[in-house]
Amino acid sequence: MKIQFNINGKAVSVDEDARTPLLWVVRDVLDLKGTKFGCGKAACGACTLHVNGEAVRSCSFPVEYAEGKEITTIEGLAKGDQLHPVQQAWMEEIVPQCGYCQPGFMMSTAALLDKIPNPTDQDIDDNIANICRCGTYYRMRKAIHRAAEIKNTPS
Amino acid sequence: MKKVSRRRFLVSTGVGGGVVLGAMYFGGCGIVKRKIAGYANTAESPYLGNTKTPLIWFEVMPNNQIIFSSSKVEMGQGVFTGLAQIAADELDVEMGQMEVRHAPSQTGNVDRFATGGSTSINSLWTPLRELAATMREMIKNHGAELMNVSVDKLSTNKGIVSGENQSMTYGDIASKVSEWKVPSTPSLRNIDQYKHIGKPIVRVDLEDKVKGAHIFGMDAVMPDMLFGSVVRSERVGAKYVDADISEAEKMPGVVKIVKEPDFVGVIATSYNAANNAKHKIKAQWDVDKVWQSSEIESMIEVGKGKPVVIQKNGQPNRFLGEQDEFISSEYRSPIGAHAQLEPNGAVAHVKDGKATIMMSTQVIKLTAGEVADRLGIKEKNVNIIPTFLGGGFGRRLHTPNAMEAAVMSRAVGRPVKCFFTRQEEFQNDYFRPPTHHILKAKLSAEGIIEALEHNVSSGDVMYGSPLVPNFAQPLIGSDIGAWRGGMVQYGAIPNYQAISWRVKLPFATSWWRSLGLLANTFAIESFMDELAILANANPADFRLRHIQKDKAGDRLKKVIEAAVEKSGYRDELLSNGRAMGIAASTDVNTPVCHVAEVSVENEQIKVHKVTCAIDVGLAINPDQIRAQCEGSIVMGISAAMYEEMKVVDSVLRPTIYGPYKMALMKDAPKEIEVVILENDEEPGGVGEPPLGPIGAAIANAAFRITGKRNRTMPLQT
Repeated sequence: MKIQFNINGKAVSVDEDARTPLLWVVRDVLDLKGTKFGCGKAACGACTLHVNGEAVRSCSFPVEYAEGKEITTIEGLAKGDQLHPVQQAWMEEIVPQCGYCQPGFMMSTAALLDKIPNPTDQDIDDNIANICRCGTYYRMRKAIHRAAEIKNTPS
Repeated sequence: MKKVSRRRFLVSTGVGGGVVLGAMYFGGCGIVKRKIAGYANTAESPYLGNTKTPLIWFEVMPNNQIIFSSSKVEMGQGVFTGLAQIAADELDVEMGQMEVRHAPSQTGNVDRFATGGSTSINSLWTPLRELAATMREMIKNHGAELMNVSVDKLSTNKGIVSGENQSMTYGDIASKVSEWKVPSTPSLRNIDQYKHIGKPIVRVDLEDKVKGAHIFGMDAVMPDMLFGSVVRSERVGAKYVDADISEAEKMPGVVKIVKEPDFVGVIATSYNAANNAKHKIKAQWDVDKVWQSSEIESMIEVGKGKPVVIQKNGQPNRFLGEQDEFISSEYRSPIGAHAQLEPNGAVAHVKDGKATIMMSTQVIKLTAGEVADRLGIKEKNVNIIPTFLGGGFGRRLHTPNAMEAAVMSRAVGRPVKCFFTRQEEFQNDYFRPPTHHILKAKLSAEGIIEALEHNVSSGDVMYGSPLVPNFAQPLIGSDIGAWRGGMVQYGAIPNYQAISWRVKLPFATSWWRSLGLLANTFAIESFMDELAILANANPADFRLRHIQKDKAGDRLKKVIEAAVEKSGYRDELLSNGRAMGIAASTDVNTPVCHVAEVSVENEQIKVHKVTCAIDVGLAINPDQIRAQCEGSIVMGISAAMYEEMKVVDSVLRPTIYGPYKMALMKDAPKEIEVVILENDEEPGGVGEPPLGPIGAAIANAAFRITGKRNRTMPLQT
C-alpha cells in the first residue's frame, strides 16, 4: 500500500506491505542507515527513532502506522550544522565505542529530555533501557545529564 | 630489532597523485610458536604482518592529508585513534592530517592473524613507528633535493619540511617526486619527544558515530543488491541433510532458493521477503541425540578428560595429596553468549571469478581464504573490504557468513546481503564455554599459603577458533585460551600449580572477550578472599604478602596498592551497609586491580562503585584506556552477575535480549574511577585485562554483607 509521511522534515511516499517494519523502510528504501537493526523484537533499542516526537522501536512498528506522521531519525536530530544537545554532550563525554547502539540511545535520550528536562539518575534508569554491549553506560549517564544542561541553557 | 627481521619497501604513485609507502615483512619460521607465545600471560605479542603481498600503509595526498591503512579493525576499542597517534608522532604530522581507513585484503597491509587478544597496539608499536619514521625521512630527503637545501638544514613539523627560509608540504613533495629513494630505517625518538602519544586525543571516529554516519557491515550496500537468508538449525549438533523448498519458492519477492550440500538459503528482493520465505523452507537435519544443560554440566568436571599441567613451582603435590589436610573450594561459570549488537553477515558480489565482500570481521585474511576455497578461486581474487564492527568480542573470528553470501551471490550473479537474525545470533553463537574449577590450598599457622593449586575444566576456546588449526594443537600442548588467567600470579607462594582439563562440547565454543580470564580470575581471586578470611588477614594485605619480588610482582603490587588507596578499601562493613571487595589479575602483561563497592538488598546485589587500577606500560591514549576499563567493568558485571545460556532439549536458550539478562543502564555503577599507572615498558594490552577481576571483586564484596560465599556465576539468579 501507499504510505506517506515526513521524515526528517521531508515528505516521502513509499509503496510497501503495510506490515513491513518501519525500520526496513527507513534503512533499505529511504537509505537512512543511522537507525540500526539489533534484534527485530523491540528488545534492544538500537532501532529507536521518533514518531511525532515519541521514542519508538521501529523494528516492531508497522510502516502503515507511520501514515501522516513526523518521523525523525539520528540523521535529522541535528539542525543543519548545529548538533542536537544530546549529540553535543555525547561528543563532550566521548561516549561511543563501537557506536552501533549509540543512535538508538541518543534518540531515546532526546525524547526523554523533551518529557523530563532535568532527569534524575532514577529517571534515567527508568527510561533508558536500551542495550550497549561495549558497556558505555557510565559515560552515557554523564552525557545525559550534560545534555540536559546544554538544552536548558539559553543560547 | 627483534620483532621484524628484514623488510623491503614498496613505493609507488597512488590514486589521485598521492605517494604510497608499503613494506614487506618476512616472518620466517617460528610463526606458530611466536603466535602461541604471544598469548602467554607475560610474553610480548609479535607482529604477524603479511609475508607475501606488498602492503600499503600510508598515502600522502596532494592536500597534505595522510591516509593510514590500518591492518587492525576498529570494533570500538579505539585502535584507529591509538595507531594514528603512534604514526603521526614519527611522521611529524598533526592528528587532523591523519585519515584512518580499514585496509582491504587485496591492496592493504592485511594482518595474517586477527584483531583481538588485546595485542594490536603492542604488536604494531615498533613496526609502525619505524615505517612512519622512514616515510618522514624519505620525504625530507626528497624535499632537500627539490629545494636544493642540504638535508641536515631541514626539519619536519606538521607535515611541512622547512629550513633555510624555504618550505614545502609533504603533499607538495610527494606530487613532485617520480622516483623515490628509500632511506635506511632512522632511529626512533625518545618517548618524551612525542606530541600525540600519551595524550587523551579525541577518538578519530567520534563525530561520525555521534551523527549516525558510520558504516557497519550491516549498513553496507552494493548496486543492484538482493537479500539472502540462510536456514540454520536451532539444535545442537544438527547436520543439514536436505530441504523441501516448494512452498518457499512461491513466496512474494523470492528470486532464488540456493541449495548447497551443506546449507540452504533464500534470495529475495528485501530483507523481510527473504526472512518470510525462509520460514517456509522445510529443512531436514541429522541430530544424534537430545542434549540438556545437566549433561553439559556433568561433562565439565575437573578430573574428567585430559589434564595438562600449565604451571608448576615447588612441590605442591607434597601438600595437596589425598592423604593431606587442605582447604578446597569449587567454582563454576556458565555458557555465555557474545550478544554484540550488530548481527553477523556480509554483502558479497561474485562475478567473473572474483569476489568482493564488505563485512565486519576480526579475521580479514582468514575470511578471504575461506571464501576462495569455497569458490575454487585464488585468494588474490577475493577482496574483503572491512567495515566498522558493531562489536567484536571474539565473535567475528568466525566468518562462514562471508562464504554463504558469496555462494548465494554467485548463484544469481548479483550482490547479495545476508545476515543472521537475532535468534540465530544467540542459538548459533560460538559460545564462551562453561567452566568448573577446583582450588586447593594449605595455609600455615602464620597465615601464609604454603601450597596452592588451581584446576580448570573448560570447553575449547583457542582450540575452538579457526586461528589454531588442528595440526597446531600438539605444538601448543593445551588450550591456552581456556586457561588464560588461570595461572597463579602470586609467585612468593613456595609451591603452586595450575592444571587445565580439556572438554570437547557438542556445540561450538570459542573466544569471548578476555577468553578464560573472566572465569579463571573469578575462581582464583574468590578463593584468595576465602583464604584471607581463614588467615584472619585483610584481603589486600594477604595478596601483597604473597607477591614475589621481581618486575611482574612489583607491577601487580603497585596496582593493588593504588586501588586500595584510591578506593579507601576496607574489609569490614561500611556505615551505609555497603561493603568492598578486592580482586586482581595479570593478563597480556597488564596487571589490573578492582575494588567493587556493593550493597545487597532482597538478595539482589547492586554495584555502586568500581575503582580500577591498571598498569598499561606506556599509555598511548589515557582517555581510551579509561573507556576500555569502564566498558570492561560493565561487560564484566553483565557476564558475572546476569548472563547465562541453557541447553533445553538441544536448543540453546534464551534467544533474545531481555530473557538473556544483561546489564542495563540501571545496573551499571554510577561511579567508576580509573587509575592509570605507567612504567618504562612498551604499551601493553588494555581491551580485555580489566574484565578479569570484576566477578571476584563483586562476589568478595557481597560475602562481607551476606556471609554467604557465592561460587557460581551468574551471581544474581
